[in-house]
Amino acid sequence: MSKMVPMPSHSILPQRDVDKTPILEARLLGIDFGGLTAVDNFTLTIGRTEIAGLIGPNGAGKTTVFNLLTKVYQPTRGTILLDTKDTSGMNTIQVNRAGIARTFQNIRLFKNLSVLDNVLIGIHNSMDYPLVTSVLRLPQYWKQEQEAKEKALKLLSIFQMQDLAKYQAGALPYGAQRRLEIVRALATNPKLLLLDEPAAGMNPSETAELMENIRQIRDTFQIAIMLIEHDMNLVMGICEGIAVLNYGRIIAKGTPEEIQENPAVIEAYLGKRKEG
Amino acid sequence: MNQEKQIPMPVRYLINIALLAICLVAGNLLISGGFISSYYQKILLQVGIYIIAAVSLNVATGYLGQLPLGHAGFMAVGGYTAGIFLKACPLTGIPAFILSLVLAGIVAGIFGIIIGIPALRLKGDYLAIITLGFGEIIRVILLNIDNVLGFKLTGGAGGLMGIPKYTSFNSVFLCVVITCFVIHTLIKSRHGRAILSIRENEIAAESCGINTTYYKTMAFVVSAFFAGVSGALFASYLGILVPGDFGFMKSIEILVMVVLGGMGSMIGSVIAATVLTIVPFLLQSISQTVADYRMVIYSVLLIVVMIFKPSGLMGTYDFSLTSLIQRLINLPSVHEGVAKKGDGRNE
Repeated sequence: MSKMVPMPSHSILPQRDVDKTPILEARLLGIDFGGLTAVDNFTLTIGRTEIAGLIGPNGAGKTTVFNLLTKVYQPTRGTILLDTKDTSGMNTIQVNRAGIARTFQNIRLFKNLSVLDNVLIGIHNSMDYPLVTSVLRLPQYWKQEQEAKEKALKLLSIFQMQDLAKYQAGALPYGAQRRLEIVRALATNPKLLLLDEPAAGMNPSETAELMENIRQIRDTFQIAIMLIEHDMNLVMGICEGIAVLNYGRIIAKGTPEEIQENPAVIEAYLGKRKEG
Repeated sequence: MNQEKQIPMPVRYLINIALLAICLVAGNLLISGGFISSYYQKILLQVGIYIIAAVSLNVATGYLGQLPLGHAGFMAVGGYTAGIFLKACPLTGIPAFILSLVLAGIVAGIFGIIIGIPALRLKGDYLAIITLGFGEIIRVILLNIDNVLGFKLTGGAGGLMGIPKYTSFNSVFLCVVITCFVIHTLIKSRHGRAILSIRENEIAAESCGINTTYYKTMAFVVSAFFAGVSGALFASYLGILVPGDFGFMKSIEILVMVVLGGMGSMIGSVIAATVLTIVPFLLQSISQTVADYRMVIYSVLLIVVMIFKPSGLMGTYDFSLTSLIQRLINLPSVHEGVAKKGDGRNE
C-alpha cells in the first residue's frame, strides 16, 4: 500500500536517549471561558518516544487542549510539565523553544513565502548570527544560511518535497500544505510534536502514506508525537496510547484495543441504545 | 537534474557595484557637463529623498504588514535633529554631514522604540490611529517647544533657518544605495524572514518560536531610522525646516508611494517614489491649475490601481539584475519560473 520513503540521515536533529520516561505530564489541566468550562481535569502522560492519539466528538475540546499545551491559551487550572520542567508562566514562543511544536487544524502556513522560506523560519532559532552580520553579510551569515538551507532540504525530503522548495507555499495542493506544516514544525527541533488533524482532506492512500511518515518521523528523530484525528484507521493504526475526550473531560484512556471496546467511548460517539 | 548555471555570489556583487559606479559617474558627468540643469538636479535630489522615505516605510508596511501613519513624524525628528546639530556643530563639511545623518537616524530610531513598544501591541486601525497621533504630536511640539523652553531651538512656525546645505547628488545617491542594500540584506536574512512571517501569520510565527514583539519593534526601528536619514537629507537640501512640511499629508503621500508600488516590493517603492515625485513638477510645467489638482490625480491613480491590481504595481516582485542575466543565460532550457525571488538587487 504505502510507499517506503527514504529517510534522511539521523544527524538532522540531535539524537535523544530512547526511553519511556514521560516527556509531557499534564496534571488536572482546565480552562474556563467566562462561565463555560471548555476543558477540565485533563491529566495525561506522554512517553518520550510515544505516538499518542487524542480523539473525541466535534466540540469535545481537543484543539483547546493543544492550545493549552502550547500556551495559546493560559490554563485556568493545573500544571504542564515538559521534560520535568514546569511550563507555567511561559508563552507560546518559550514553549516552542522548550520543545513543543505544532501544526494547525486550519492550515497556517506563510502563504506568500516560498516552501524553503517556510521551513527556514522554523529553523530560525537554531541560527544565531546577529543583525549586523546579516546586514554586512559576514562569513558567519553565509555559513549558517547554507547549513540551514541544507537542513531544510533534508527535512523536506522526508515527504519528498525538496523539489518544491522554490514554489510559493500557498500554491501547493492541500495535502502538500499539510505536510509542509509538519516539516516546519519539525524544523524547530521539538521534543513533542502536536499534529492537529494531519490527515484532514487526504484520500485513503495519502492517509496510509502519512501514517508511515509519522511513524518514520518518530523512529528517526526519537520524539513524541501527539495527534488529533478523526480518521480511525490512522489513529488505531499508529497510536500506542489513546485518550478520548468528551465535553472537555477525558472519558477513557488506553491502548487502541481497549478504547474500541470501551462502552463509554461507544456511547460518546454513537449514543445510548434505547432500552426496550 | 538541475542544470541551471548559477552566477557565483562575488560576481553578482561585482556586477551590481559596477552598475552603481557607472550610474554615479554618469550622473556626475551629466551634472558637471551642464546637461542636467539645477532645476532638474533639485528634482533628482527630491526623488532620492522620497525613495529613502518610501523604501523605509515599506519595511513597516510591506514587510511587517502594519499600517503606520506617522512616517513624516520620524522624518521630522531626523530633519530637526540634523538641522540643529549642523547649526551647533563646530565641524563643517562632509564629516559633519555624515555625523548629522547618522545622528538623525539614531534619534529617529530611538523615537521608533518609544512609539513602537506601546503602538505595536495594537493591530490594524488602532496602530494607524496611534501612529497618526504621534506624527501630529511631533509636529505640534516642534511648533511650540521654543515657548516652553524659553530659547530658540526649532524656530517654531517661522522655521529652522540657516541649515548648511550639504545635500548633493553624490550624498543622496549613496544614501539611497546604502538604504536599499541594508534593507535588502536584512530581509534576506533570518531576521528578515522572521519579520515576513509576522506579516504572513502571527500565530504561526509564534508557534515557530519567533519572538514577534522583538521583531516587530526591530522592523519599526529600522523603518524609523531610515526615515530619519531621509529627513536629514531633506533638511540639508532645503536649508530651512518648517513643521508644516511634516504634516499628516506627507505621511499619506509616502504611504501612497508604497501602496502604489506594491507593498513588500522594494523596486515598487523606488519606482512609485520616483514617478510620484516627478509628476507634480511635470504638472507644474503644464500649468499651475493642473498642479493644484495633484491630490485628485493621486487618489484617482490609487483607486484605479486598487481596482485593477490590488497588490500594487509590482506586487511583491523584487527586481534583481543578476537574476535577470542568469535567466537570460539559461533561456534555452525553458523553466516555469514560479515565485522565483531574486537575491542580488539594485535600482
